[in-house]
Amino acid sequence: MEAGKLSKFLKNGAIWGFIVFELIFFSVAGQFLSLSDKAFMDVDNMLLLLKQSAPIGIIAMGMTIIMINGNIDLSVGAIFALSAVILLDSMTWTIFAGLGDWVIPVSWGLALLTGVVLGAINGLIVWKTGVDAFIVTLGSMLGFRGLVFMYNGENPTSNLNWTLVDFAEAQFLGLHTATWFLAVVTFVIWYVMTRTVHGRNAYAIGDNREAAVNAGIKVGPHMLINFMIIGFLAALSAVVFYSESGSVNPNDGQLYELWVITAVVLGGTKLTGGAGSILSTLGGVLAIQLLRKGLGHIGADTSTVNLVIGLILIAVLFLDRQLNTKGKEELKI
Amino acid sequence: MTDQTPALRLEGIVKTFPGVRALDGVSLSVMPGEVHALMGENGAGKSTLMKVLGGIHQPDEGQIIVEEVPTVMTSPLQAKSKGIVFIHQELSLAEELSVAENIYLGELPRRSFGRVDWATLYARTDAILEKLKVGFNAKTIVGDLSIANQQMVEIARALTVEAKAVIFDEPTASLTDAEKVVLFDVISDLQSQGVGIIYISHRMEEIFKITDRISVLRDGSYRGTLETRNTNEEEVTQLMIGRALDLSRNASSHELGDVALEVRGLSCGNMFKDVSFEVRRGEVLGFYGLVGAGRTEIAETLFGLRDPNAGTILLDGEEVRISSPADAISKGISLVPEDRKGQGLVLGMNCRDNMTLPQVGDLSSGPFVAPGTETDIFDKYKEKLDIRTPGWKQTVGNLSGGNQQKIVIAKWLSMHPKVLIVDEPTRGIDVGSKSEIHNLIRELAAQGYAVIVVSSEMPEVLHVSDRIVAMFSGRVMRTFTSEEVTEESLIQAISGITATDKVA
Repeated sequence: MEAGKLSKFLKNGAIWGFIVFELIFFSVAGQFLSLSDKAFMDVDNMLLLLKQSAPIGIIAMGMTIIMINGNIDLSVGAIFALSAVILLDSMTWTIFAGLGDWVIPVSWGLALLTGVVLGAINGLIVWKTGVDAFIVTLGSMLGFRGLVFMYNGENPTSNLNWTLVDFAEAQFLGLHTATWFLAVVTFVIWYVMTRTVHGRNAYAIGDNREAAVNAGIKVGPHMLINFMIIGFLAALSAVVFYSESGSVNPNDGQLYELWVITAVVLGGTKLTGGAGSILSTLGGVLAIQLLRKGLGHIGADTSTVNLVIGLILIAVLFLDRQLNTKGKEELKI
Repeated sequence: MTDQTPALRLEGIVKTFPGVRALDGVSLSVMPGEVHALMGENGAGKSTLMKVLGGIHQPDEGQIIVEEVPTVMTSPLQAKSKGIVFIHQELSLAEELSVAENIYLGELPRRSFGRVDWATLYARTDAILEKLKVGFNAKTIVGDLSIANQQMVEIARALTVEAKAVIFDEPTASLTDAEKVVLFDVISDLQSQGVGIIYISHRMEEIFKITDRISVLRDGSYRGTLETRNTNEEEVTQLMIGRALDLSRNASSHELGDVALEVRGLSCGNMFKDVSFEVRRGEVLGFYGLVGAGRTEIAETLFGLRDPNAGTILLDGEEVRISSPADAISKGISLVPEDRKGQGLVLGMNCRDNMTLPQVGDLSSGPFVAPGTETDIFDKYKEKLDIRTPGWKQTVGNLSGGNQQKIVIAKWLSMHPKVLIVDEPTRGIDVGSKSEIHNLIRELAAQGYAVIVVSSEMPEVLHVSDRIVAMFSGRVMRTFTSEEVTEESLIQAISGITATDKVA
């Protein structure tokens, strides 16, 4: 083994090691603490876990691209909510009354289009004004959320379509619809980042923007496309989730951006851009979901879950610094 | 001087890192009032030695002796308290704070309840600044100062303690000639106060101008100390690289081709005005001038990074407008930028991906990258340019400066540009690799490329160029052929002297 390979392996594999640790820990602890007599690693429980990972997971794939590219998107929760409102409300629009169940693909299309447009707005502002993505999307997070409230006030938007619910609750080869969506999105984004010109350039832009410009890469359009991708994925996440639930509160999706970023960072993507991996992000998503579910399994309440996840996030990043030789050379503070 | 005790002595310092013996029994002594140059190629161990001296690394063997007292260094701050002060190449100043706050950062004089004693702070600072004879005062905000003056702040910081030895690490890297004069004055002041000075630099002219002795490291071991006045550049270079460096003139023997690039009356704001020149296929055109003369800005304009406000650019006789780097690349103009790490390379990426970065889209089939083709290109240019790396997967950040520069050059060569602009081809590259890069540039010209070399090193410009454009404050003063140019005439031209002569 070459020098540095072990630490690299530890680094890349750390999140999966952590997942294994969680599985073992909750299985053992569950024996003593759990109120239910079902094992933690019960097949149904694990399948459910994958399904529940999907909403955050789908968005996290987009966030990974955005962060590799050196940006960030705080507005995903608001895009998620607004797309959900469009999805559910458009099914009741009178112009679509004659479509029957064909309204479903139309509404899906409208919701996804909403996400792409909102993402494009973010991307255009970041590109054309040169304002930092953090600030731009902080603004649009508030703005888009405002639109959600303008739409229907404080009231939930509801529309339960049973065909849709059947589709969302279906299981194919054992996996739920939502899980399939997560799997496909993960594969496609992984393929984009590792096998396409767009992916290669995203890494280059995030690592050294000036060198990317000097290599003739058009940085602005790349960022725009990435914001459109994450907008699309935030909407897709809403489509998958609300097809089943059928009712959206104007506050839904709040703090999603933070959960998503937490998952991406746990997966080892650098906040400063240039490095990151889609598969590790998937690991990060699963690790968080396992933690939430596992802590619930052994009887902890939501507040405890948040505290523990916060602590683990910091612990993991500290560990990462220790494994990373560059971290060692940094100044002591 | 000989009967004095050394201000600082390093004795038999050994430092090993896993797999590398970075320092192999290095000894060095600095007398009070002496300027002692420390030289060596990149990787020779200079930085490691200084890190040992600053307590960042602990030596495996050997000791540090300050005025005959063996001392263990634990941190730069502790070294400072022992009178050993470092002035780094890279400035570490808080730009939003005042000069006084920067100088006493971490040691601000206090009054009761932790309040800052501003009166004392400013008084002390002004006393130090007076010694340095600088044109700013204690309350000036550091961010408003020029780089040279910021460096003075660093030096002032060093003077807050009774310094026994001051280490200057490449202090002139970003200074203009006028600013260098001020720095050298300060150094000679320190010298007359009996401070020992270690002066680390690659620049021979400076070394010979201001130092008393020169110590040379190579591959982590001590190669000898020379009295500056009894030696010459060749001898020092030989000690550094184990052989002599060829810097002879080098005009092309081959036939020149057509004019590849012609520039007429190009101007860009205050950067440069009315610049005209042409470069032929097979020719190396050198641009020489002081920092701020507009050389780099011309290169950036040709590469589409700046918009000119007047003038025309002709490529192969046809007028072109270059709107962006992407545009320049597609028209066949390439730039190897001045700051290799900041502007030329994506350090976290591997060698192959860096090399094919500008053309990854051209090589692809549809949206998908073509790794096989890319690897072929990498292998071809790795061999052609003799790039020393274990393989394409190696992260570029881990390569030596010379090999990194070759990757940047290969990046453009593999796209067969019409004009290759190389800005500061050998900045921060060790002496051995320097001549390789020089040979490469000559060879490219021989193969029929039109090459523009922008450099602030006169020997380099003289060595590689067929013709040299001398610039002074944004204007072309004169274009020399390699037969007619002399060092004197070139210096006069870039100082703006020939201008008046010519007109008269």
